[in-house]
Amino acid sequence: MMSSVAAPLVEMTGISKEFPGVKALSGVHLKVERGEVHVLFGENGAGKSTLISILSGVFRPTSGAIRIAGDEVSFHSVHDAAKAGIGTVFQEFSLVPTLPVFENLYLGRELMRGPLTDRRAMLAGAQRLFAELDFDIDVTRPASSLSRAQQQMVEIAKAFLSNARVLILDEPTASLTERETERLFSFIGKAAASGVGIIYISHRIQEFQKIADRISILRDGRLIATVPARETSERVLIELMTGRAVDQVYPKIARRADGPVIMTLEGLRTAGVHGASLEVRAGEVLGCAGLVGSGKSRIWRAAMGLQPLQSGRITLKGRDVTGAATRALLNDGVFFLPSDRKSEGLQMTATARGNIELSLLDRADVAGPLGFVRPRRSRALTDAIGDKVGIARPAMDRAVSKLSGGNQQKVLFGKGFGDDRDVYIFDEPTVGVDMGTRMALYQLIKDIAEAGKAVVVISSDLPEVMNLSHRLLVFAKGRIAAELSGSAIDEENVLKHFFAETEGSA
Amino acid sequence: MSMPTTTIAEDTVAPRRSNALLAGLRAVFLRVGVLPFFLVATLIAFSLVSKEFLALQNLTNVARQSVYLILVSLGQMLALVTGGFDLSVGTAIALTSVVSALAMVTLSHMLSPDMLWLVIVLGCCAGLAAALVIGSINGLGVAVFGVSPFIMTLGVQSVGAGIALFLTGGVPVSGVPYEFGDILGFGRVFDIPVPVLVAIVAAATIWLVMNRTRLGKHIQAVGGNAKAARLSGVNTTKVLFIAYALCALLASVAGLLLTARVGSGETNLGGTIALESIAACVIAGVSLHGGIGRVENVVLGGFFIVLLQNGMNIAQIGSYMQMVLLGSLLVLAVILDQFRYRLLVGER
Repeated sequence: MMSSVAAPLVEMTGISKEFPGVKALSGVHLKVERGEVHVLFGENGAGKSTLISILSGVFRPTSGAIRIAGDEVSFHSVHDAAKAGIGTVFQEFSLVPTLPVFENLYLGRELMRGPLTDRRAMLAGAQRLFAELDFDIDVTRPASSLSRAQQQMVEIAKAFLSNARVLILDEPTASLTERETERLFSFIGKAAASGVGIIYISHRIQEFQKIADRISILRDGRLIATVPARETSERVLIELMTGRAVDQVYPKIARRADGPVIMTLEGLRTAGVHGASLEVRAGEVLGCAGLVGSGKSRIWRAAMGLQPLQSGRITLKGRDVTGAATRALLNDGVFFLPSDRKSEGLQMTATARGNIELSLLDRADVAGPLGFVRPRRSRALTDAIGDKVGIARPAMDRAVSKLSGGNQQKVLFGKGFGDDRDVYIFDEPTVGVDMGTRMALYQLIKDIAEAGKAVVVISSDLPEVMNLSHRLLVFAKGRIAAELSGSAIDEENVLKHFFAETEGSA
Repeated sequence: MSMPTTTIAEDTVAPRRSNALLAGLRAVFLRVGVLPFFLVATLIAFSLVSKEFLALQNLTNVARQSVYLILVSLGQMLALVTGGFDLSVGTAIALTSVVSALAMVTLSHMLSPDMLWLVIVLGCCAGLAAALVIGSINGLGVAVFGVSPFIMTLGVQSVGAGIALFLTGGVPVSGVPYEFGDILGFGRVFDIPVPVLVAIVAAATIWLVMNRTRLGKHIQAVGGNAKAARLSGVNTTKVLFIAYALCALLASVAGLLLTARVGSGETNLGGTIALESIAACVIAGVSLHGGIGRVENVVLGGFFIVLLQNGMNIAQIGSYMQMVLLGSLLVLAVILDQFRYRLLVGER
């Protein structure tokens, strides 16, 4: 252990990872010192999550080496990594909803007394830890009864419990209020001061600049640079992240001056939305921003008949469509792009063409008078759509599961061009896609809006939703906290409303 | 509330009281499930039909008869809590019965009469081992190869039934030592029937396993959220495998007791027990989504099913109609479980 004093706490060298059809990481280096807060910065799909998944034992790298305090390690499971002192708070919640909080904390490392678990010791340990962390949660409650922020706090506590030498936090503030975030930062400060190395993944620049020592920027699976946090401006960071000047990424979308109202939601209530009203206009991009759980997505899911509507009225082109079935709305000229392409958007085992074809089957010229599909007509149309959204011809006949995330998202977009629609609702339109695809998709959104259609963009990616929208609705706690328009849409303004009415909910 | 006249006050109190009652019932439903409601309804309905139904004599009888179903339901619960289920418990019983009887008959020809105890013990072990093979195959399929529990246990159910019939040619295996039935079937210890004692020990053990051991917590974690369990360092493959093996073993114990009771190795002992045990568990609040299930309730659930059958017998409802009712009850319980699960876990 002599060498361990000099060697960096974590040293990842030449890390590459290939998934079938995708190269997620190529030759990434990362060094984290004791007591350092090291931020990983990059877009969705840049490889941040893959990189920390490798460090925390979820995936094994295709090539490359990991050294912890100078010793080369090879993790076969999360358990292995945890034993080596790596504690991870994953972005996806890893709590068992049916178990109480304290059992979740000790899951996989139960305290034992002989052959039996020591319930009392675990209970006491959990309470002590929560008191230390200043988290106010009853540890006997089942995890399912906690709010998202509370669940996040339990996840963090879980990582602290293992006395980790390295603490990995993957977008930890995504669902926290400002106050909770402050509290988290004070722990991070304390933990770093005690010599723990912290890897912090985020794309909220303002936030991490308060705590970061160094920032590593990833783009398309490559390490672009590692820079000291204090001397690097926001603008430089964004340009490193996107690889382009900011104004090149987002197209200027012309706004139709007085587009007619196409769709309205009035006083809509559903689980997670407590009364919200809005209008969608032709030729305009309406943005919906907000934290996870703010209701920005659920209001549209309810309007589309994807989750039960408690009350409210929905009109489409002047007609009342409250409570209409999803299918009826789709036939009536609404396109809805779900946020999760794998579970809701695509038939993963079918080809790209097969997926797009599904949206054509109701067309009279494809289905024919007797309902038999005309293969040649369908092929011509799907090819045209593939060209429009930019899917290469050979990719059209491959299973969607074998395509890259970017191409999958293009297929999903393609399903919107089978028929003429009036309203396009995009829920997280560019989640997990590379920069090139992103710009292509933005161009499609621009074309749709400028053709006079109504476009709704729901996104957790703040720059995206801010730059695309003509009018931006900020959701907080199931309500619309603000409506911003044109030049009033700036980051400070939007973030201010993110936490509206959230006093002391933890 | 600006007009505190008496009529208004009275009007608002009544609904408030019924609201409190509804909230109480809802809390019971969320905590325990449908069992208390079903149990009360059954007790009222059949005690109206016949006075014998609530007699102590009849209830002790039901308790004795329900031992076998309770044992199997305890195992079934383990599979259900992991998020799966086991349709092959009937086969485990049949195979246990046939194999243990065959082993005893064969061994008693080979060994001298004064080694009778060895014959019985070895016979029991052979039966348990046969069921363990069934359980291990289920566990292997579900845990290692990722076959859906439905297909895996359905297939194994057919395989096991076929083997049991093949071994016996469909004829009951007679010639089982008299003492085997005398002890395990009809014996008493401290005036408690041996089968009841076995069930008590088994229930206590499973309670301990589920509530106070690492294995039990891991079984719950795997069913509650398998991915989270894996990320927490739980060996999910091992846990699933053990759950199915234990399920078969518990069914096997029931099989031994039943064999002792009827005095011969029978291939049709476990006929409808898969359905009954799943019904007992679901009615007792074990969620088909996994992760939720309490041993105490399952014991009561097994008791309830047998009580219901007993009541239907007393009410002279024919066995065909009983099948219809039991199946309907299971489906109803599952619908209510769906509802309950959504209330518990679904929307926050």
